[in-house]
Amino acid sequence: MRHIISLLMENEAGALSRVAGLFSARGYNIESLTVAPTEDPTLSRMTIVTSGSDAVIEQINKQLNKLVDVAAVMDLSDGDHLERELMLVKVRSEDAACNELKHVLSSFNGRVIDESDSTCTIELTDTCARLDGFLQAIGRAYILETVRTGASGIGRGKRILKI
Amino acid sequence: MELTGAEIVIRCLQEEQVEYVFGYPGGAVLFIYDALFQQDKVKHILVRHEQAAVHAADGYARSSENVGVALVTSGPGLTNAVTGIATAYMDSIPMVIISGQVPTFAIGEDAFQEVDAVGITRPCVKHNFLVKDVRDIALTIKKAFYLAKSGRPGPVLVDIPKDVSNQKTTFEYARNVDIRSYHPAGKGDSVQVKLAAKMLLEAKRPMVYAGGGVVLSGASAQLTDLVRLLGFPCTNTLMGLGGYPATDKQSVGMLGMHGTYEANMAMQHCDVLVAIGARFDDRVIGNVEHFAQVPRKIIHVDIDPSSIAKRVKVDVPVVGELKLVLDQLLSELRSEKRKPDAAELGAWWKQIDEWRAKGGGLRYKNSAEIIKPQFVIEKLYEITCGDAFITSDVGQHQMWAAQYYKFDKPRRWINSGGLGTMGFGLPAAMGVQLINPGETVACVTGEGSIQMNIQELSTCKQFHLPIKVLSLNNRYLGMVRQWQQFFHGNRYAESYMDALPDFVKLAEAYGHIGLRIDKPSDVESALKEAFSRKNDLVFMDFRTDPTENVFPMVPGGKGLSEVILAEEL
Repeated sequence: MRHIISLLMENEAGALSRVAGLFSARGYNIESLTVAPTEDPTLSRMTIVTSGSDAVIEQINKQLNKLVDVAAVMDLSDGDHLERELMLVKVRSEDAACNELKHVLSSFNGRVIDESDSTCTIELTDTCARLDGFLQAIGRAYILETVRTGASGIGRGKRILKI
Repeated sequence: MELTGAEIVIRCLQEEQVEYVFGYPGGAVLFIYDALFQQDKVKHILVRHEQAAVHAADGYARSSENVGVALVTSGPGLTNAVTGIATAYMDSIPMVIISGQVPTFAIGEDAFQEVDAVGITRPCVKHNFLVKDVRDIALTIKKAFYLAKSGRPGPVLVDIPKDVSNQKTTFEYARNVDIRSYHPAGKGDSVQVKLAAKMLLEAKRPMVYAGGGVVLSGASAQLTDLVRLLGFPCTNTLMGLGGYPATDKQSVGMLGMHGTYEANMAMQHCDVLVAIGARFDDRVIGNVEHFAQVPRKIIHVDIDPSSIAKRVKVDVPVVGELKLVLDQLLSELRSEKRKPDAAELGAWWKQIDEWRAKGGGLRYKNSAEIIKPQFVIEKLYEITCGDAFITSDVGQHQMWAAQYYKFDKPRRWINSGGLGTMGFGLPAAMGVQLINPGETVACVTGEGSIQMNIQELSTCKQFHLPIKVLSLNNRYLGMVRQWQQFFHGNRYAESYMDALPDFVKLAEAYGHIGLRIDKPSDVESALKEAFSRKNDLVFMDFRTDPTENVFPMVPGGKGLSEVILAEEL
């Protein structure tokens, strides 16, 4: 099953490679991983999207907690949470399909952030699944480039990950 | 007054009451060696290879409650140390390794003797640091010692660039250190402890399975009290030998691939299993699916939550420092009026005794013509009154030492259980001998393993370490040969040791005494002679039966009850 795990870690050189190394050394899956400093510049927040059996996910949580640099771990999938991913897509826009593209775009709440005579770059922020849906809707034939950040996640309401 | 980074390193070691550092100098640690030279509180043991420095620090730590310290230079110094670090990591040994690094301005330029020490060691340390500012050295070393010995212990590496070791700052050593992202477990959750106590009292076919955590946590006394209070059988893992006295009537011996028949059968057929500081690894429970076929309740006590439910499902997990958790469990059980059902327990012991009779215990067919390796260990046990520190290398001799030397005390059996590192025994024995001066230290090895770090005979000479080396020389990489015999159609690919040196002459060349023993009738007298020489290292080259195999044996990938007993072959 797909899980989205959030963690707070010391914002130190090498901290990211400890997490990435853990996943590769123990053969865990990573679908995406994002990391950036928080409002406290000594802490980084990471969101990892992974998948595995319940036993594997339990081990992933425990092994992450065991890393000395990791201050807190929360499996967001254990409760209500929000996830968002930013995607930039550059598409061909020279032909008649352009109008239809703009129609699809509005239904996905995307916006055009750059245009040339033959290309159009779109920005979309949504759940990973919705972004997948958008790519399907416009079709690969039109896509020139896709850049995705991977999911960022946060608990709903009073569910807070802090130290 | 301002001190250099190098002087601070040494001051920190003094503050940590470090008596011995095992190391090897080189360019990147010259300032540190210079600071070491100008004081005499911290003594340095010059090894002949960095791997040995780390194994020696490891043996030092295993046989005491101290943190072992190793000091190596950058590049090859560090890479040579990696096997030692990984060995310590797999067995959770508290250790601090200080490595030199090329100057900060040269890092990343492929400088001479540069290697990414933090990157290379990351998967085999508890934690590691690269110190880029001289002002961080003292706190980093404080953290390193704290991390190494607290929680689940492990090796911690501190990598110090050469320029940092020569910069100056004021020295201050923190009394305590708090790492906000690190909270080692203390006492166990009282609800879980109560649940565990209840389950133990209701058990009909209980089994105590104790691992290396008991030794590391210093919880042998508590474990012994618990087992005796309940009247339960107790088995020890390879790492846990000595955690419960082997000669006690409630001990069923070692379990696992070469464990006793009764221990393995009891593991497989118990109704309540309590695992204490053990991790259900592949050499212990064999095939995990086979293990899971038999329904039983499992209580698992461990300091490391990630060891719990890693390979087998657990009913009552208890996370905590073993010593504290066992104290909690003991007081819980002592306050209970109920006792385990004596009739059920009696029937269970009867069953265990039947298994013991069927397995025939540990046995081998002795010979008057050729030396049986088991016989050497039995004689070693007798002559040392079961009270020596025994280090071992890896292979058949390791298993025979584990089987036939009955360890009654913790920290007496020093071996590389997790990583299985050949070449561990002799350097480990150096560390053991240094922290236990005047005690009997023997290294049980084979002609294969001993050659992986034989250069340390020179270190032993320099530092007057009267270790007794028992080489069970069967002219084969015996465990490899055994597997080839059983599972590879007797095709002995590269397992024969040809062109062996004359070990007696070799020992003599290093300034020691060498003995060659060919006949069973000479075993006892040779051992007596060797152990009577209190101030000499004696190398004993026992010419043993090349065809002898280790039994019982649970083949890899099989279940604990799918055991090969000696007579079945």
